[in-house]
Amino acid sequence: MIVKGEAVVFGDDVNTDVIIPGRYLTTLDPEELARHAMEGLDPEFPSKARRGVIVVAGRNFGCGSSREQAPLALKYAGVRCILAESFARIFYRNAVNIGLPVLECPGVSGMVSPGDRLTVNLAEGKVRNDTKGLTFQALKLPEFLLNIIKDGGLIEHLKRRLGRRGHV
Amino acid sequence: MNISEKILALASGREEVAPGEIVDARVNVAMVNEITGPLAIEAFRKIGVKRVWDKDGIVMVLDHQVPADSVESAILHKIMREFAKEQGTRLYDVGQGGVCHQVMMEKGHVRPGELIVGADSHTCTYGALGAFATGIGSTEMAAVFATGKIWLRVPSTILVHVTGRLQRFVTPKDVILMIVGEIGADGAIYKALEFAGPTVEGMSVSGRMTLCNMAVEMGAKTGIINPDEASIAYVESRTSKPINPLRSDPDAEYEERLEFEVSSLEPQVACPHAVDNVKPVSEVEGTPVDQAFIGSCTNGRTEDLAVAAAILKGRRVKEGVRLLVTPASQEVYLEALKLGLLEVFVKAGAYVCNPTCGACFGGHMGLLAPGETCISSSNRNFVGRMGSPEASIYLASPATVAASAVTGEITDPRRLMAEA
Ligand code: SF4
Repeated sequence: MIVKGEAVVFGDDVNTDVIIPGRYLTTLDPEELARHAMEGLDPEFPSKARRGVIVVAGRNFGCGSSREQAPLALKYAGVRCILAESFARIFYRNAVNIGLPVLECPGVSGMVSPGDRLTVNLAEGKVRNDTKGLTFQALKLPEFLLNIIKDGGLIEHLKRRLGRRGHV
Repeated sequence: MNISEKILALASGREEVAPGEIVDARVNVAMVNEITGPLAIEAFRKIGVKRVWDKDGIVMVLDHQVPADSVESAILHKIMREFAKEQGTRLYDVGQGGVCHQVMMEKGHVRPGELIVGADSHTCTYGALGAFATGIGSTEMAAVFATGKIWLRVPSTILVHVTGRLQRFVTPKDVILMIVGEIGADGAIYKALEFAGPTVEGMSVSGRMTLCNMAVEMGAKTGIINPDEASIAYVESRTSKPINPLRSDPDAEYEERLEFEVSSLEPQVACPHAVDNVKPVSEVEGTPVDQAFIGSCTNGRTEDLAVAAAILKGRRVKEGVRLLVTPASQEVYLEALKLGLLEVFVKAGAYVCNPTCGACFGGHMGLLAPGETCISSSNRNFVGRMGSPEASIYLASPATVAASAVTGEITDPRRLMAEA
């Protein structure tokens, strides 16, 4: 799986309250969530992300609540992949489960400037900064997680498995 | 093995597990609230399985926006009720429960030695009784509803050993804030935090819940405490189901051991806008506050209300400041009523309201305006958490919150009470 996009860069400890604040969680409409994505950090984010972006961030991305609305808001806003030094674990699982690629990528924040064009090879865990001509290695996703992402998320993945076996 | 490893081994039908291994584990109990439940239900329907894996294994709680504050929340509540009825799962409706984690503990749904997943990050609270409990998201919860199973990476464990006797008006909240400050917001990502030592053993179940509650604020998968007489007595008074308390072996392995001595610990405050931005109260005393909040799954229990009432008794909330008090559950509400604590709050000029997450989560009440400052007994002070992104939140113990409500500025409760 290859993902391409322009980089939008954030710092450390980007938490779920800034990704999508509690007061918007009564909606079940992901498009509505997307309109408020990253509101706490950058109200312009939804318009920037619309054309398809790769988020690059520091440590502990997605810390805080278990709200799956956080990765959903980012995905529907136009985020194609998130590269971070490290992720908060619930966010990481949620992103994989809704089919949003996430890669742990130590050192990434120092190698990408806002607006750089990036190409990510998920299967190999390779990231190329096409603007700067740099290539670096992220931590490879375990194969079973990669398969969930490839299937478009956990539900699609389970449906396939169920389809094959007829039961859970 | 340590307690976390033992529980994960049992849940995955293995003799032994080691940190880093991925196990396919059987879940004992799964919890959702109305913020995460409807998404889980929607995803469950898409999987195409008709019945949940075990109707008795699922607990549903309405707590974040109760009673419904908008048509949107009313719809979320309705989705939850209809699902509970259709599947025969337990639902704690408005007036029956309270904050989900408090309800899980009080109603006997948390038992030592069990694996519990909740679609809420503070599910780690249940480690107070020696359960391995961790937060997951809605889609994953749908898969648990369908299969009763989840994959988990066995975490490495940091042992946090606490000794020393806490001073009066210094509480378990101050201990955990200090620890969060030391370990940092990402210091325990993917790991388990095991709290131990005489100070922890001397804490009530309520205090232990406050410790484990904030494990996730360090990125941890769970916070956990070995069950002892006190926690087993608590469980046995609340469930008739057989229990299987597992404990860490004396020679269990830990990735790291941290030692803290707390007899001279001052009240602690987490300053805006990060939970690990922790300072002793003396460094922030005098900071003016507009709102004070006592409640939440961190500090909304009888013990918390009692220490706040001891400070507020015969005093008044400072003119121009509002104090919100929210008991964490119907049970706590009733106890506080019987003990006369609610009367103390009302006489002091506090606003006392029904059990709900309420102000903690900035969903539907007690929101902050731009430029305002709140001191809160809850667990998160992120930008925008309690309303305007331009508001500031300080986290502290219920004692410090109460003392600050009286003076209108952040105040060391020991000083206020010494002056009395
Ligand atoms: S009280 Fe606050 S932290 Fe606890 S479950 Fe409710 S919203 Fe979450």
